[in-house]
Amino acid sequence: MQLTEQLAQYVLSGFSTGAIYALIGFGFAIIYNSTSIINFAQGEFVMLGGMLNYFFLTTLKLPLIVAIVLAIIFATASGVLFERLAIRPLKAPTPLSLVIITIGGSILIRGLAMLIWGKDTHSIPSFSGSEPINLAGATILPQHLWIFGITLLVIGINKLFFNYTITGKAMRACACSRKAASLVGIDVKRMVLFSFAISSAMGSMAGIIIAPLTMTAYDVGIMLGLKGFCAAIIGGMSSGFGTVLGGLLLGILESLGAGLISSGYKDAIAFIILLLILFVRPQGLFKKTETERV
Amino acid sequence: MKREIVKFLLFAISVMVAPLIFKGGYLLNVLVFVGIHTMLAVGLNLLLGFAGQISLGQAAFFGLGAYLSGILTTTYSVNPWLAMALAALTVGILAFFIGFPILKLKGHYLAMATLGLGIITYIVFNEAVDLTGGPSGLSGIPNISLGTFVFDSDGKNYYLIWFFTLVTILLSLNLAHSRVGRALRAIHDSEVAARVMGINARLLKVQIFALSAFISTIAGSLYAHTMTFVSPASFGFNFSIELVTMVIIGGLGSIYGSFLGAAILTLLPEVLRAFQDFDIIVYGLILILITMFMPGGLIRGVPTGLTFLLSWLKRSRSANA
Repeated sequence: MQLTEQLAQYVLSGFSTGAIYALIGFGFAIIYNSTSIINFAQGEFVMLGGMLNYFFLTTLKLPLIVAIVLAIIFATASGVLFERLAIRPLKAPTPLSLVIITIGGSILIRGLAMLIWGKDTHSIPSFSGSEPINLAGATILPQHLWIFGITLLVIGINKLFFNYTITGKAMRACACSRKAASLVGIDVKRMVLFSFAISSAMGSMAGIIIAPLTMTAYDVGIMLGLKGFCAAIIGGMSSGFGTVLGGLLLGILESLGAGLISSGYKDAIAFIILLLILFVRPQGLFKKTETERV
Repeated sequence: MKREIVKFLLFAISVMVAPLIFKGGYLLNVLVFVGIHTMLAVGLNLLLGFAGQISLGQAAFFGLGAYLSGILTTTYSVNPWLAMALAALTVGILAFFIGFPILKLKGHYLAMATLGLGIITYIVFNEAVDLTGGPSGLSGIPNISLGTFVFDSDGKNYYLIWFFTLVTILLSLNLAHSRVGRALRAIHDSEVAARVMGINARLLKVQIFALSAFISTIAGSLYAHTMTFVSPASFGFNFSIELVTMVIIGGLGSIYGSFLGAAILTLLPEVLRAFQDFDIIVYGLILILITMFMPGGLIRGVPTGLTFLLSWLKRSRSANA
């Protein structure tokens, strides 16, 4: 393959993994913006999406659409359950205890998935066949198109939700200032619940659309969650295009690194990027520096 | 102060006597690991419990100690003591320099950065096959010896490791009850207020980070010489979480608590051996439950619980009288 064709291939595959990271990063950003919590368990909801879809599709032999909808519903339900049982009862939420509890939650969910479905990797058929398509000398699969399309759709719906609906605006109000929001009559606790529900729904959607490409297993959540977090950080934890760009940037850089440098160190590249961003510009590439009151 | 010395002497004596009571066999082997885990947990407690800096990558330093010692003593035939000293110094200095940018971060950003560091190290262990043997690990690491006395059995390794662990505990207790310890706790409470009082928070955080790394590296070297075999699997994200769990269960900021946490989490898998894969769920549950209901850890929760229970019993008895 020519170098330009290789580059085109890396960039295109990077785009699709980047779209997934962007979706997962959105989940982090939504919860963070309404609650200042980083939900370390986010990756597990991605895993649940893929695993549940596999379960409904292959074990219960349901049609694809039904399986997808059910998988999202169940994953969202677990997200809500997690918020209710582990986050809400917390009386003194120091950053350390929140980190520990969400890590504990992620371990728990991962362990339960391992017990229910075992440690095997499972594959799911692509949504519309696996006939490769040629594009500028590179090949992409139909599943990649699904990933782009669904990511754009989900992000578009999110934009509309947060900007044009009362509930969406209420959630943004909570992100600005919880006290002020509750003073104007917003039920902050319910907004927190919604944010967990939305982000677990989005996360599970991400898991469902990537599963046909990368196979799914009980432990895919860790890496995906961390990289989604990386995308969110690059984008400055914004619920908008910042995270999308962050995800795409991460995906492309990771893909280029894996292709041009070494594929074994692919994950290391993503984390080196994360460390660099955290060291140099922790507020993300697209945000102005924030000041904090002491 | 005298109470502390008495407590420590009692603890040290019980440690020294234990192998004579639990005669040999498998339990002794487990107690060796309790020693290593205690050393790691105490090191992490200095960073996590006293200074309040979240570190999810402690296993990386442990692994670096193990691999550096292992590689130096096998490929380059360096004396094990020299290798251990070299490894500890190198990693300590490295941690010192990495500490400066990393410890500018706070809260979950710091957690993620240390997590990233841990994972990068783990990937390097796996991928640098020529140096580390990759996923199959590094074997043939010699036992440590003191002159002609070779530490090649569980009994001998027990005393070797617990000697280092007791020294670590003694040093940490000393640190905790000193000006430095109080400064660390001040930083934990409010870094800004500590700075206003004249504490060089930035330098102190980095120093304690480097110290914690130093201790973990020594623990890693000892681990390598005890096991004579190391593989990347023992130094991943899961082990970092296990260490954090040990510190939290025992109680943040309590040195003896770290021993308790280490002991419980080392013995628990043995108890749960029948339910092989359940242990990961149990860790998650323990983390959640302890953080929700006993944030001070067992070392504070159990006495509080007992006091509460006793007073409740007293009240119900006087009500019935």
